[in-house]
Amino acid sequence: MSDVAVVGFAQAPNVRRTPGTTNGVEMLVPIFAEVFRQTGLSKQDIGFWCSGSSDYLAGRAFSFISAVDAIGAFPPIHESHVEMDAAWALYEAWLKIRMGEVDTALVYGFGKSSAGQLRRVLALQLDPYAVAPLWPDSISIAALQARLGLDAGLWSEKDLAEVAARYRDVDVSSLLDEPYLADPLRPHDVAPITDGAAVIILASAARAKEFAERPALITGIEHRVDTPVLGARDLTRAPSAEAAARAAGASGVEVAELHAPFTHQELILRASLGLDEQVRVNPSGGALTGNPMFAAGLARIGEAAKEIFTGRANRVLAHATSGPALQQNLVAVMEGLD
Amino acid sequence: MSTVLSAPLEVGFDYTRSLGPVLGRFFTGLRERRIEGVRGSDGRVHVPPVEYDPVTADPLTEFVPVGEEGTVVSWSWMSEPLEAQPLTRPFAWALIKLDGADTPMLHAVDAGSPEHVHTGLRVRVRWADEPVGHIRDIAYFVPVGAPDGTAPEPPPAADREGIMIAPVHLHYQHSASPEESRYLEALAEGRLIGQRCPACGKVYIPPRGACPVDGVPTEEEVELPDTGIVTTFCIVNVPFLGQRLKPPYVAAYILLDGADIAFLHLVLGCDASEVRMGMRVRAAWKPREEWWTSLENVDHFEPTGEPDAPYESFAHHL
Repeated sequence: MSDVAVVGFAQAPNVRRTPGTTNGVEMLVPIFAEVFRQTGLSKQDIGFWCSGSSDYLAGRAFSFISAVDAIGAFPPIHESHVEMDAAWALYEAWLKIRMGEVDTALVYGFGKSSAGQLRRVLALQLDPYAVAPLWPDSISIAALQARLGLDAGLWSEKDLAEVAARYRDVDVSSLLDEPYLADPLRPHDVAPITDGAAVIILASAARAKEFAERPALITGIEHRVDTPVLGARDLTRAPSAEAAARAAGASGVEVAELHAPFTHQELILRASLGLDEQVRVNPSGGALTGNPMFAAGLARIGEAAKEIFTGRANRVLAHATSGPALQQNLVAVMEGLD
Repeated sequence: MSTVLSAPLEVGFDYTRSLGPVLGRFFTGLRERRIEGVRGSDGRVHVPPVEYDPVTADPLTEFVPVGEEGTVVSWSWMSEPLEAQPLTRPFAWALIKLDGADTPMLHAVDAGSPEHVHTGLRVRVRWADEPVGHIRDIAYFVPVGAPDGTAPEPPPAADREGIMIAPVHLHYQHSASPEESRYLEALAEGRLIGQRCPACGKVYIPPRGACPVDGVPTEEEVELPDTGIVTTFCIVNVPFLGQRLKPPYVAAYILLDGADIAFLHLVLGCDASEVRMGMRVRAAWKPREEWWTSLENVDHFEPTGEPDAPYESFAHHL
């Protein structure tokens, strides 16, 4: 089976609010142009297109169909969509190339998180019978997870503030003076609401060098899922992230881009993925500095690949999550293809 | 480019869900003010019950009654409750392990202030005044020994066994694209404008954020007449909820003269059986005082009586 490499990556500015439409076209058109410029490819050269987004962010059915205009989708193209973070769209595209059906693929994700009330919208990811009808919001769910770790002595509020402080020019003690947003989480523990989009081009290893000087060869990519029943698993761990990392062969990485929208989730992931102090975590700033829904996980893969493109690292890990409290996790490991 | 048009978009729907044997039994129990869990393959009692074992995925069938009191396993404070949450005053979200259960359930605790909540707090169910067979038959929990407070409104009644109704109401600020905004503003002046793709020259109405052939935004504004042809159509014979016209009537794709894309509208003013592909039509505008930023300003299209367009002239637009 054909090996697969990341050969191009671009993302739209991560902003609190765009004036654009929820179908993402305004954010996608410029970044498609950017990856075509990077790789020298044009839309006619792309064998397969796959996207990740959610109608719940847009508040209307089939919103992703309009996004297809940004591709220039006529004459008809070979296209698919996942209602998850676009990292899972990348997995689908990876399979298409592995199976030998195509040798290039373009993957994109987009979300206008600001159009609705994000933490209420995300309640609809929960069990629709016994949980979602209570409308627990996404920040409260994360706060329950954070408290479990605090009570178990796995981390302290100071540990959480230290995670946040790594991404900003602030001192930890001033962060701890802030009032709670959702006790025990403070504003700095929570990813900002972010509109954005990201795009990646994949190519078979046999052709990757045509499109990038130093492609990021995907040596392992796996995704796993934990039970959706919040009470049935140990929320202080991410067994599915652990299993995905083991299956993807995650040892010995120099850089890890983690999709952790809450400070304590970065600590859970560091432990679950077995990352020691030697590993540079989130050189991009991670999800705590910009969390465009349904694109942020794909962007982690792109940011990790960039470390390889630029020669700053030779073996990297990227992680994406979807669903509440780190329920679903994807891990990709990449190496430089010289 | 003028600023984009933006407006609130309200989405609401009462999801009606069938419950099946496991959840059905649980919710029937709540209506009768008792709580039942289900035993998993590892011996753990799950509350709320799960249909399939979280570890082995085996179907689960052994029901186990559990208590109305339990212990807070984790909590967070909701200082400004959001719409449709169990309480309108500040409350705690909590994972609560009921006595006799092994897994905690998520619910609200009415505790007044965060100082009155801690991990290990003993709480008990505050039942809704009128249980209907819904998770919100448990209105919320209160600390053991605390007064009950006032129960919130019960959820909408289930009208038959094995069904629950879960209302979903979401609020958005919907924005049109700059191109679409120009089009909508022109409609308010009684004008139909398309925009031309700078790459392929095709004229789109409504104009598009990106040309589906070239992937670039349409730019050059083109004023279009309110005459065109029917490319394809259907005769609507089926009545449906919210229908504004009495069937039969014709919904048709209208290709305006000079445009490269057709849009859906009504063809009235003749018998439905007379409508045909290639038929020349003209817009019938509503009275000027009813115009706004909408294609509704055109009430319908009607035949002009001119000779039909030959099939070859529009075959590539089908």
